Amino acid sequence: MTVQINQQKMVDYLYEAERDVKEVIKLTDDYPQLTIQEAYRIQDALLARKLEENGTKQVGVKLGLTSKAKQQMMGVNEAIYGYLHSDMLALEWEAIEFSQLIHPKVEPEIAFFLGEDLVGEAVTEADVVKATKYVAPALEVIDSRYKDFRFTLADVIADNCSSAKFIVGSKWVSPHMLDLGQIGMVLSKNSAVEQTGSSAAVLGHPATAIVWAVKELAKVGKGFKKGDIILSGAMSEAISFQPGDTVVADFDVLGSVTLSCN
Amino acid sequence: MVVSEKIKQYATQLLTAEKTMQSIVPLTELDASLSIKDAYEIQLETVKMKLDEGRHVVGKKVGLTSVAMQKMLHVDEPDYGHLLDDMVFGNEAIVKVTSMLSPKIEAEIGFVLGEDLVGPNVTFLDVMMATDYIVPTIEVIDSRVEDWRIKLIDTVADNGSSAKVIVGHEKTKVNEVDLRTASMALYKNGELLATGAGAAALGNPAHAIAWLANKLHEFGITLKKGELILPGALSAAVAVNAGDSIEAKFGGIGTVTVHFE
Repeated sequence: MTVQINQQKMVDYLYEAERDVKEVIKLTDDYPQLTIQEAYRIQDALLARKLEENGTKQVGVKLGLTSKAKQQMMGVNEAIYGYLHSDMLALEWEAIEFSQLIHPKVEPEIAFFLGEDLVGEAVTEADVVKATKYVAPALEVIDSRYKDFRFTLADVIADNCSSAKFIVGSKWVSPHMLDLGQIGMVLSKNSAVEQTGSSAAVLGHPATAIVWAVKELAKVGKGFKKGDIILSGAMSEAISFQPGDTVVADFDVLGSVTLSCN
Repeated sequence: MVVSEKIKQYATQLLTAEKTMQSIVPLTELDASLSIKDAYEIQLETVKMKLDEGRHVVGKKVGLTSVAMQKMLHVDEPDYGHLLDDMVFGNEAIVKVTSMLSPKIEAEIGFVLGEDLVGPNVTFLDVMMATDYIVPTIEVIDSRVEDWRIKLIDTVADNGSSAKVIVGHEKTKVNEVDLRTASMALYKNGELLATGAGAAALGNPAHAIAWLANKLHEFGITLKKGELILPGALSAAVAVNAGDSIEAKFGGIGTVTVHFE
């Protein structure tokens, strides 16, 4: 029973940190024994509370730690996943309010939109492409609720993988029309190039990252549904931004997506 | 829902104005107590009366999606109206100006839904996923209120000032264009009148449709598979007269033409 009481406390702790826009000390400072399984259960409970209190709906999944560099940095060899809610969608034509965020960063990703369910441990990269109706350029705003963006793997999973907002561009493309493993990307802030990268940074191919997620979800009896959006993982390092900044990600073939911040 | 006698009376006045081509003074001048909620109830009552006459709802339109129109009516959100089967015409249709009071036209990207869209929490992503195809359209708007002397409540009660819609025959999938940057060029009698792009409709026409789906949820109404949804004009409305031919050319989406006589 002790564990359950702790879980509720941790959920409240993270929920309030996001709601009150304040950074908090990471969970593992007080609970160094927190496991990955427990962290995903905290994430589930946190998301359930957010769905209920905000009256929103779940719209998809985001993948994290999909680059070798980030995995090495965290000392792990697996990716992580969190969930996207409809109220996390930000729009290219409406500026994000900086005051609603703690210390946001933004990273470029390819968004996948599923036209079919995608479930089971036997799924392949070809299945992912076949189930995908559209891909589109996206920016994900991450905003760890932890002080200085510092956390262990269990901490970041419990915090819904630092998810805050996401923006999707207006050019949607059929995945059959392009080589998804070789999409180049230029990330600029106020017109200056900040990062460049490729979809190959996402575990070699974004579909590979999605295969990993489908298999992970299958282990807990879950999967992707028709209509889900999947943010497949960052194509470069995340960059920070401030009020007044405009960040643009230009993608090969997919067009661009813009974030502006007030 | 019990509809008050007041609502029914105003609905009847609007329908009579449409049929007899006699415009009415603005309802807001007759009755300062009317609320926006009353206005939507009046609209729903006019639709109900038309359904009783054998008409069918074939879609919806979003109006007041441009910043310019919203400023003009001192509002900060769009409105909507119903599209009925007798309002829809094919490409190159010939429309009698005398069948309307004071018609104007607008060019819009029409969305035909492949799936229902049920609010709340509908985003433009859901609209993209639910869209079967898009079509070039010209919307003919008309006001049953004299001299277009409308406030928000007047146009909402008057079915969003909708009159007719002309639908081009090209069908395009949403992954074949960029809906924010898709070009629109509007010609009257071969002369370029206005240009615009998709983002004129609330930033992205799919976002205007998401707004509609969520707004309709307040009234227990769903956007249905197969319906045609007009997300708002891509340029200012243009008045038309007998003898005018209007052509709207959309980059990557096609062309639609209507002739007025």
